Amino acid sequence: MKPFDYQRAERIEHASQLMSDGATAIAGGTNLLDLMKLQVETPNTLVDVNKLPMEKIEAAGNGLHIGALVTNTAAAVHPRIKADYAVLSRAILAGATQQLRNKATTAGNLCQRTRCYYFTNTDQPCNKREPGTGCGAIKGIARLHAVLGTSDQCIATYPGDMAVAMCALDAVVHITNANGASRRVPVREFHRLPGNRPEKDNVLEPGEIITSVELPAPVKGTHIYRKVRERSSYAFAMCSVAAIVRMEDGRIDHASLAFGGLAHKPWHDPAIEETLVGQTPSLSLFDRAADVLLETAQSYGENDFKIPLARRTLAAVLCEATGVHT
Amino acid sequence: MSHVLTMDKPDERNSLDAMKQGVIGQPMDRPDGIAKVTGTATYTAEYAIKGCAEGVLVTAPFTRGRVTRIDADSIRDMPGVIRVIDDERLITRAAQGDAGEAPDQGPLDVHYFGQPIALVVAETFEQARDAAKALTIEFAADDLSDVPLDPSAADTERVETTRQGDLEQAMKEAIHSVDVTYTTEGHASAAMEPHAAIAEWDGQQVTVYASLQMPNFNISELADCLGLEEDNVRLLSHYVGGGFGSKLVISPEAVAAAIAEMTLNRPVRVVMSRQQVFQAIMRRTETRQRLRLGTNAEGTLTAFGHEARISNLPGEDFTESVVQASQFLYGGENRFLQLELARIHRMAAGSVRAPGEAVGMPVLEAAMDELAEQAGVDPVALRLRNIPDKHPVKGIPYSSRKLAECLEQGAQRFGWDSGPRKPRQRREGEWWIGTGMASAARIHSVEEAQARVTLRVDGTALVETDMTDIGTGTYAILTQIASEMLGLDPSSVKVSLGDTNHPRGSGSGGSRGAASTGSAVFIACEEIRRELAKRMGTTEDALQLSDGSCAAGGSKKSLQAVIGNQEISHIGHFKPGEVMDKYLAASFGAFFAEVAVNEWTGEARVRRLLGAFGFGRVLNAKTARSQCIGGMTWCIGAALTESLLFDPVDGHLVNCDLAEYHVPVHRDVPHLETILIEERDPVASPIQAKGVGELGIAGGAGAIANAVYNACGARLRTFPMTPDKILSAMPKQA
Repeated sequence: MKPFDYQRAERIEHASQLMSDGATAIAGGTNLLDLMKLQVETPNTLVDVNKLPMEKIEAAGNGLHIGALVTNTAAAVHPRIKADYAVLSRAILAGATQQLRNKATTAGNLCQRTRCYYFTNTDQPCNKREPGTGCGAIKGIARLHAVLGTSDQCIATYPGDMAVAMCALDAVVHITNANGASRRVPVREFHRLPGNRPEKDNVLEPGEIITSVELPAPVKGTHIYRKVRERSSYAFAMCSVAAIVRMEDGRIDHASLAFGGLAHKPWHDPAIEETLVGQTPSLSLFDRAADVLLETAQSYGENDFKIPLARRTLAAVLCEATGVHT
Repeated sequence: MSHVLTMDKPDERNSLDAMKQGVIGQPMDRPDGIAKVTGTATYTAEYAIKGCAEGVLVTAPFTRGRVTRIDADSIRDMPGVIRVIDDERLITRAAQGDAGEAPDQGPLDVHYFGQPIALVVAETFEQARDAAKALTIEFAADDLSDVPLDPSAADTERVETTRQGDLEQAMKEAIHSVDVTYTTEGHASAAMEPHAAIAEWDGQQVTVYASLQMPNFNISELADCLGLEEDNVRLLSHYVGGGFGSKLVISPEAVAAAIAEMTLNRPVRVVMSRQQVFQAIMRRTETRQRLRLGTNAEGTLTAFGHEARISNLPGEDFTESVVQASQFLYGGENRFLQLELARIHRMAAGSVRAPGEAVGMPVLEAAMDELAEQAGVDPVALRLRNIPDKHPVKGIPYSSRKLAECLEQGAQRFGWDSGPRKPRQRREGEWWIGTGMASAARIHSVEEAQARVTLRVDGTALVETDMTDIGTGTYAILTQIASEMLGLDPSSVKVSLGDTNHPRGSGSGGSRGAASTGSAVFIACEEIRRELAKRMGTTEDALQLSDGSCAAGGSKKSLQAVIGNQEISHIGHFKPGEVMDKYLAASFGAFFAEVAVNEWTGEARVRRLLGAFGFGRVLNAKTARSQCIGGMTWCIGAALTESLLFDPVDGHLVNCDLAEYHVPVHRDVPHLETILIEERDPVASPIQAKGVGELGIAGGAGAIANAVYNACGARLRTFPMTPDKILSAMPKQA
């Protein structure tokens, strides 16, 4: 860990100003502190945002605002989230451990960095950590890695669960900057694909700070978060699916789907939903949906399994949601 | 006075059972339990030593070659930096179990990625860690195309062969046979407490607080590393937060701390990071194992072949004895057992809990399951049928063996269905449910051990030995042995461990600590009993000690009255003897597993796991069970999740933390049921106890693998059975 300055922000503008000048925000610190110990992250200044008034969950029209500092635990057990956005509660509870969820915050979780083994090892090349050094994972151990939207620069995945559910829910990230200007970015557009700038995980610009995440009006239907992993807790997803599916008269009336563990961002593709909606559910229909999902998939040896696994996990989720029996 | 008992013949006296205190075998709580769960037990890194400087190891960022320059000036001006230690006595790797001498020294020659090469000492830990990262190192790395990294492509040497009869011919003639090749991946000990040491030097003697399993060997190793006499070295290891083999030996942090202290004349603490422990301490080798098993029409083994390829760094003698239990577990007159060692530049392979059996037994037991299927014999019946009367090669008898009882009682308690077996017969929703079983076997060994027992004038007893408690329950069982032998309430016995100023114990390793050091305590107590008997005017066997009183013939006195003002102190000295050549002594057992496998995702979850074990006298029913269920938890990891991943390009260990090296979490571990079968083994030790610390891991992964097959029809010949592998082997939906 390199020596750093520590400042506690009393106002959002203050935090934004420091961040414009290169400071890094810290809330729960569950990811950042680990990376600082490894010197993967070497901020000169940490700005502690925990005192900022962003810790509430509040109604917003028919939807809900989740403050940036709401902990994962608080969000997962919130009565309205459990009742109306069950997929989100389930996704959060599928992540990390109780102790980590008690500290981890909504905004911090959105910004958590990849768990690529080469990213966290400073003795290895990594274009995300140190642009231009190469990618150790492409020829190395790529078990955790992406099969969708990769580039020759980076095949890392976004590791979280919460954001996958928010992506299915079409949540919106509220962002403000030092000038007090604010903007709204759908979660579906918040994270980036690596392209030739893998160091940039998301669309936040220097000085921008997440203030809340807005959930739109609830969507009725079956809410499922399915996370596949070799051990049943405290492991990142080999593949995950967040789904909200509603049936009417034997047909799929609504489908929102997002995928984790497959790409540099939570994966959402409206074409998958269009394939499903209005159709009578069947295994062959689910297969066609998987074809759409995996049309451009490319694997790297170690992670070849993710392509059939994603297909099967999607089918499992859709069977559960629609009552199709195998 | 020191009293020696050499185990040249079975000890049939069975003295512990004649005692009256009723403490031995009881599920007594650990005397150290409260301190541990309340955080007041002081572990190595926690000693508050005044003026202690902090050291952080610097590791090699390349695979093989030579460090040509360490530029101490590059960090001289960083805050708090005191010194860069690049002494040629620094060790490049941990020693090997029972070495008693220094491992490879001279850190500038690099043999594997992540090898320690220097120590940076600073005023604070954070400063040292930062400076260690910033230190400029120049090196000449060998071209990776010349460096063997892949065991399947490396040169191998033959290290062990047992040949009897003609295996090839027997396989041809066998009515039922399997010839199968399995692989297992590397494992890490993954002890919760990282390696740590604090050294203090008084100009004459260096005192090192370290987290070590066997100070009795480690003192010689450290003295040899430092070029000191053993008298000038003292090791203290009162509590050890898990070892599992990784702390059998002196390792880089302790040597670095001692050298730094002697260089700077100031106490120095060195704590390895989690990543460094994974990358530089030791690994269990990956294995490739070929099993050839053949039977006659009745399912009796006539052919038994077990060959294994293992790996280690060039120059390392340690070999994972994969075929160890195959030597003696089952019959079969035509036998061929062999180990081949591949030389590769991954960190040194060494002892990880139950070296040999932990990976040999699951594969043998999976192959036995394939054989049972092939022969149409119930897997339990197949094993019962093949329990040999005598050691199949040496012809010597078994000291004691409860294998059949474990198989039978385990099957009964589990509700094992001995009817015809077919995979994919039971389904609950998305989950296929199946069962599987395996035998357990782990060789028994003992080690020379000494312990001093003092019966003090206040009527309490003090037990002193440099033996350790690595979470196993040593404090409890030594308390119980002394308490039973001397007729004292356990609260009147104090046990002091982990100090090399005490008599040398056996250390904790190879499941031999309890039987070895327990026997030393027993021998010391026998001497005390003799002296008490003399004072009472009677003989030791006529003496009855219980609840602090001494009775013989018609007379009874309080123990304190007999002691008077003359405390009684004796050192018991246990030595292994010839008896171990005349008998095959091992612990045995059986595992039964129920596993669910998801049809869609290939995820496997253990729903039930039962172990039945016979390991001689149970010294403490609670700590013995804890050892068993700890081992069974490892079985779940070995079967389903644990695997060291090495980079194919430079051989570095990729998953070097507890987030990515997947030991089972609570949710992976169902209620674990154990049956501890009472047994007395007069060959194993004077206290009739054998080892139990490793038995619970010796085969159970095979039971889980067999249950995976029975559940979903995926016969995988590779551990761990992760969802991707299970999916690829699962039969397509009918």
